[in-house]
Amino acid sequence: MSVTEGPTKTGGKGEKGPPGSLKELVEKSREVPDLLKKPKEKQLWKSVFRHKLDGSPRNRSLAVLTNVFLHLHPARINRDAVKYAFTWGMGGITFLLFVNLTLTGIFLMFYYHPSKGQAFMDILYLTHDVPFGNLLRNMHRWAAHAMVLTVWLHMFRVFLTGSYKKPREFNWVVGIILLVLTLLLSFTGYLLPDDQLGFWAVTVGTNMARATPLLGHEGPFGAELGFTAFNDVRFALLGGSIVDANALLRAYVWHCIAIPVIATVFMIVHFWRIRKDGGISGPAGVVLPREVKGWLPKDKR
Amino acid sequence: MILADPMFADGAQLWEIVSLPDNIPIVILLVLVPFYTWYALRQAKQNDKLIDELQVLDAKEAKTKHRKVQSHQKGWDEQVHVWPYLLRIEFLVALIVTVILIVWSIVLDAPLEEPANPNLTMNPSKAPWYFLGLQEMLVYFDPWIAGVVMPSLIVFGLIIVPYCDVNPLGNGYYTWKQRKFSIGTFSFGFLGLWCVMIIIGVFIRGPGWMWFWPGEFWDHHRIDNETFRHLPELLGFTQKESPISTALVGLIVLGGFVAVTSALFHRFFTKAKPEAYAKMNIIQYATVQFFVITMISLPVKMVLWHMFKIKYVLQLPWFNI
Ligand code: HEM
Repeated sequence: MSVTEGPTKTGGKGEKGPPGSLKELVEKSREVPDLLKKPKEKQLWKSVFRHKLDGSPRNRSLAVLTNVFLHLHPARINRDAVKYAFTWGMGGITFLLFVNLTLTGIFLMFYYHPSKGQAFMDILYLTHDVPFGNLLRNMHRWAAHAMVLTVWLHMFRVFLTGSYKKPREFNWVVGIILLVLTLLLSFTGYLLPDDQLGFWAVTVGTNMARATPLLGHEGPFGAELGFTAFNDVRFALLGGSIVDANALLRAYVWHCIAIPVIATVFMIVHFWRIRKDGGISGPAGVVLPREVKGWLPKDKR
Repeated sequence: MILADPMFADGAQLWEIVSLPDNIPIVILLVLVPFYTWYALRQAKQNDKLIDELQVLDAKEAKTKHRKVQSHQKGWDEQVHVWPYLLRIEFLVALIVTVILIVWSIVLDAPLEEPANPNLTMNPSKAPWYFLGLQEMLVYFDPWIAGVVMPSLIVFGLIIVPYCDVNPLGNGYYTWKQRKFSIGTFSFGFLGLWCVMIIIGVFIRGPGWMWFWPGEFWDHHRIDNETFRHLPELLGFTQKESPISTALVGLIVLGGFVAVTSALFHRFFTKAKPEAYAKMNIIQYATVQFFVITMISLPVKMVLWHMFKIKYVLQLPWFNI
C-alpha cells in the first residue's frame, strides 16, 4: 500500500543485486507503475486532503471544517436557509465582487502611476494597448458599481427579515461601517483616471467639505474658529486647496491601500460575528405576539 | 397631448441618459429594487397568513404546528450539510455573477472623458449615480446640511436602528403585519426618498441642475427666472431691514414645525404602537422621534421649494435653513 512497500512479484527475475549495485537500481525502477497507481492512497495526496471525499456525514462535515476558506461556514445549517428566497445571496455576492475588485485592482496597479498627466496616459494605455487592459478596467468599473447596488440590497434584506435584532445588533453596525467604506472606495476611485468626469465629481463632492460646521471655512462658525481654505477639513482631504496632484495621490493611497485594508478588517469581523451570533438568522419559525414575555399587556394576551 | 408638445418630443435625450454606460447600474436598480421589494412582500404575506392561522388556535395547539411556510415533513432534519447543499449554490451564484460581469465588461466600455481641466466646467456636473441623492439634496438645503449634516445623520440613524427597535417580533422571517412601523419608516427612507432622489438626479436634472422632464430637450441656454423667496419675506420681514425679527420668525416657524410634528408623532405612536412605547426608554423614544421628524423635514422642504418657491425658512447671521 505505502510507498515503501516494494514490489513483491516484479519481473520474476527475483534477486536484488547487492546494495548499491546497478542491478538493484534497475530493480527499484520497476516499481514506478505501482507507485503511480491509486494516487489517493499515497502520502502526497493524503498530506493535502485529510479525509475521504465520499458522501458520508462525517466526511461532508470534514470537507468544510478542515478547509481554511470554507470553515467560515459551519458544517451544517438551517435547511431552509439554503433557499435563495431568504438571503437573496446578496451578502455573498457583495463579498465576491469585493474579491473580484481586489484582483482586478492589483492588475490595474501594475499599469498606473498616481501622478498628474501620467495617470490619464496610463488609462489610455490600458484601454488601447495593454492586452486585456480594457476588459480589466471595465470589469473593475462595473464590479464597483454592482457592489454598491448589492450592498444596498443586502442591507434592505437584512432589514426586512429583522436580522438586526438580538443578538445581531452589533453586526448591523459593522455592516453600516462596511456600507460607508464601500461608498468611500467608489468615491476615491472615481478621481483616479484624472479625467473631467472624476475631476468634477470629486470637486463637487469635496466642495461640500468646505461647508462642514465648525471644521470648514465656509461652514457655520468655521471662519469664526479661524479656518481658511488653507487649513480646513477640505484642505486635509485634498492635500491642498484645489483638486490637484496631492489630491490624486491621496485618493490613490486611500483607494488602493487604506480603505481596502480597513474594509477587509471589518469584513473579517462581520463574518466572524455571523458565526458567533448563531449563524444566519432564519428563515425562523414565526412568533406570535402572545408568546413573547412582557410584550403584550395582560388584557390583550 | 403631452407628447405633441415640441418640448417633449426629444426622446433622444432620454435615450442618451439611459444608455450612458455609467447609468446602466441605475437602470438595473430600477429593475432589481422593485423586484426584490415584491419578492420580500410576497414572503411577508405568506408568513402573515400563517400567523393569522396560528393566532386563532389556542396556545398549546399553536405550539405543535410547523411555524414556517417552507414545506416540512416528519423525519426531515432541521439542518442540512453545508457541503454540498450550500456550497453548490454559492459556486453556481459565483459562476453566474462572474459570467454576467464579464459579458457586461465586454459589451460596455467604462467611460473616459477628456483629461481633467479645472478651467472647463462640466455642465451638468453630476456625481456618480449612487451619490445623486445627496447632490439632489443640495438643491433644497445649504451644503453644510445637505453635504455634511444629512449624510452623517443617515449613517448615524442607520446605526441606531437595532438599539431603538424594541419590537421582539419578526426576527428572522419576512413579515409586514408584525413590523408595520419599522418597515414603513425604513422603506419610506430607502425607497421613497433615497431611490426616488437618485432617479430625479439621473433622469430629470439637466444643465444647471435644472428640472427637465424625461424626454424634454436639454436646452443649455435655458435660464430659470423663477424667483425664490424666504418664508419670513412672505410674512413681511427681510433680513436686510429687520434681521432680528426675521430670525425670530424663522425660529418660531421651525420651532412650531418641530412642536407640531412631535405632538402628532406622539399621538400616532402611542396609539398605534402602545406595546413598543411602553417598552422604550426615553432616550430610545426621543431618538426615534428625532430621526422620523428629520426625515419628514426633507419632503416638507421639497414641497416648500417646488410649490411655494421658498428657499429658506430660518435666516440667521451665521447660517440659513
Ligand atoms: C461590504 C459589505 C458587506 C459584505 C461583504 C457582507 C457580507 C455578508 C454575508 C456574506 C452575510 C451572510 C448572509 C447573506 O449573504 O445575506 C452577511 C450577513 C449579515 N450582514 Fe452583511 N455584508 C456587508 C454589508 C452589510 C451591511 C451594509 C449591513 C447592514 C447594514 C450588513 C448586515 C448584516 C447582518 C445583520 C447579517 C446577518 C444576517 C442574518 O443573520 O440573517 N452587512 N453579510
